[in-house]
Amino acid sequence: MKTSTRQLDGVTVVDLSGRITLGEGSVVLRETVRDLIGKGEKKILLNLGDVTYIDSSGIGELVSAFTSVRNQGGELKLLKLTKKVHDLLQITKLYTVFDVKDDELAAIRSFKK
Amino acid sequence: MKTTGNRVSYTLDSTLDSVNTAEETAAQMAGKAGFADEDRDRISMAVREAAVNAVLHGNTYDPTKKLRISFENTGEALVIKIADEGAGLKVEDIPDPLAPENLLKQSGRGIFLMRTFMDDVQFRRLQPGTEITLIKHVRNDADRIEEAK
Repeated sequence: MKTSTRQLDGVTVVDLSGRITLGEGSVVLRETVRDLIGKGEKKILLNLGDVTYIDSSGIGELVSAFTSVRNQGGELKLLKLTKKVHDLLQITKLYTVFDVKDDELAAIRSFKK
Repeated sequence: MKTTGNRVSYTLDSTLDSVNTAEETAAQMAGKAGFADEDRDRISMAVREAAVNAVLHGNTYDPTKKLRISFENTGEALVIKIADEGAGLKVEDIPDPLAPENLLKQSGRGIFLMRTFMDDVQFRRLQPGTEITLIKHVRNDADRIEEAK
């Protein structure tokens, strides 16, 4: 899995691509979010538009990222789910736990000022 | 790899590479059995989850313990067995991942996904280890027409 980060109106957008699975993908996501929290970033938008596959470990890593940011008083939201990832979050009842957005600008505006 | 009739079996090391091999083989076997893309993805994901369970929780990456996987196309179903040599899985002790108090837990969704994606999931205690059997029935044309109504 690959990640890149960019800043938009005070929100850190993390563009992820590839697979978030046990091993490399999960570790990359964990370290990316940990680094952002360490730098004091509290508004994080994970763009999953190019994520082709997530397994249960990857789901667990998304949940962990969500709770870690929330525990620091921040917000973590998801952007552009593929059908596979959307279905997986529905099945696991996590779709309503995460704040999921389809439009990047609307997602940026939805973060607390 | 060992092939006997419609059955293919593998003995693999307890590594993440083996998990990927199991997942890829499942997709190939499901394709050969005639499953459409969506079912093929679901079968390969269920196999991945079972293999992760065996390597991570069962064999705990122990290089002396093996992962045994077999795929059999019976004509009516694809039957996949995944066995580890670990301490033994107590399925009844695994909490419901959909319960509100468990939704934000990091782990515990693998067996739920197997049960969601397959028609039948069975667990058998081995000495030592656990064998998980995943079954997906092959739907014939009459079934597909009935489902489409």
